[in-house]
Amino acid sequence: MSGPARVVIVGASIGGLTVAESLRDEGFEGEITLLGDEPHLPYTRPPLSKQILAGEWRPEQAAIRTAAELDELGIRVRTSRRATGLDVEARTLHTADGPISFDELVIATGTQPRPHPVLAEASTLRTMDDALRLRERMDAARRVAVIGSGILGSEIASAARKRDAEVLLVGRSGALGFGGVGTLLSEDLVRLHEAHGVELALRAELVAAQSAGAADAPDATALEFADGTTRTVDLVVTMIGGTPRTDWLASSTLELADGVVCDRLGVAAPGISAVGDVAAWHDPITGRHRRVEHQSNAIEQAIAVAGRLAHGGEGAPPVPLFWSEIHGARIHAYGWFDPERSLAELPTAAESAGIVYGSHDADGELRGIVGWNAPPREFRTARAAVVTTARPLIHHS
Amino acid sequence: MSILVQTDACVGAGQCALVAPDVFDQDDNGIVLLLEPDPEGADLAAATRAVRLCPARAIALSTA
Ligand SMILES: Cc1cc2nc3c(=O)[nH]c(=O)nc-3n(C[C@H](O)[C@H](O)[C@H](O)COP(=O)(O)OP(=O)(O)OC[C@H]3O[C@@H](n4cnc5c(N)ncnc54)[C@H](O)[C@@H]3O)c2cc1C
Ligand code: SF4
Repeated sequence: MSGPARVVIVGASIGGLTVAESLRDEGFEGEITLLGDEPHLPYTRPPLSKQILAGEWRPEQAAIRTAAELDELGIRVRTSRRATGLDVEARTLHTADGPISFDELVIATGTQPRPHPVLAEASTLRTMDDALRLRERMDAARRVAVIGSGILGSEIASAARKRDAEVLLVGRSGALGFGGVGTLLSEDLVRLHEAHGVELALRAELVAAQSAGAADAPDATALEFADGTTRTVDLVVTMIGGTPRTDWLASSTLELADGVVCDRLGVAAPGISAVGDVAAWHDPITGRHRRVEHQSNAIEQAIAVAGRLAHGGEGAPPVPLFWSEIHGARIHAYGWFDPERSLAELPTAAESAGIVYGSHDADGELRGIVGWNAPPREFRTARAAVVTTARPLIHHS
Repeated sequence: MSILVQTDACVGAGQCALVAPDVFDQDDNGIVLLLEPDPEGADLAAATRAVRLCPARAIALSTA
């Protein structure tokens, strides 16, 4: 058969693994090497801030594949291996254990948490090891401050409340964000947190933090805000966003902006593709290169790239699909959201406490939906009505 | 080939019921329901696609 003989994938998580599995789905018979710097076989991250942090799951429950299954698929996995450089012309990957040559390379190295300027050493959450450490610290903490107004900040605040801690959720901006939906759901999220006993401090800029250990609270930290108020807590978790892990590509000839710049099919350079959180694909809907940090995006990009590598051809570009669970509320978002246009509640047929919100463009077309504890059939019906063709969402004047 | 579902991992994203409606449905909380544990032909192909698309990795194909 035609096509590459040797595919090397950097980043052994959902994006990288799905490329490998999908290559086999497509009948690819060449060599596949999946290289990752974590000591674990691939696992899913979404449960880290939910079931793992809340103590409801054992770490094994987040694992995706056993070593035996990977072996059977002919996917060679190398854990605890870090890629250190890339020679695009020579099609050679450099690693801590020497060079590896490839016909096709897929970059799936994700992101890492951005350190907080005032609290660079504070706990944060990206990996299984982070989650287990944080869970232990939460056990010992009565007062928890979560810094970050995004979705992961909300999820960690929710997990800490489940463990009965007093929780302060701090955001620099005046609103709470929800991934691609932006701040359009902020009022609902604020109400949800308040109903579950989370104290909110929005428009609050943290300017200093000092250790304030006392006999009964050795790990206490005193936080100081720009308006002069202070607060002492036992544990601080910072969640102020991620930066793409492109450090190892800095000396390569790849174009890096916020992530690895790719065309609308995920090609970064001849023989080199990128998928998942690290990849800034050209998005025909917004007309820009942008990264999407959702599990489904990593999966759909991975399936599309594997199909292209195995057979050539083009898959459909992914439509953003995101979910979260905060204080038991199930929230799903599908499609695109214009931050300037507020959401409208869509009529639902069923008698239900759930809501489906719609986001319409200037022409009145439905472009995105949010389900808030929505009945699944209603959500699927609304989803089918979302216009996903490649027409711009925002009209540039 | 048979399908295994792990309901405690399901996040109700509904990808499965959308791409393989003869094999999967969702209950009122969105949690996956297995309609056909041993799909064949086109249903098996659709179920395989659902396995790959499920963002929670809550469904699997078993050869056992
Ligand atoms: C706590 C948490 C909760 C989340 N919850 C949700 C949710 O509810 N819903 C949702 O849709 N999404 C959620 N996400 C986002 C989702 O997990 C990501 O979109 C997804 O993991 C992206 O997959 P990826 O393979 O692109 O990157 P990652 O999963 O980040 O994997 C990248 C891998 O590459 C490795 N790596 C990096 N650099 C190198 C190198 N130089 N050499 C070798 N290996 C390297 C990393 O260690 C990592 O293992 C959550 C994320 C987190 C952190
Ligand atoms: S696709 Fe996966 S997470 Fe979504 S409803 Fe089906 S089994 Fe559950």
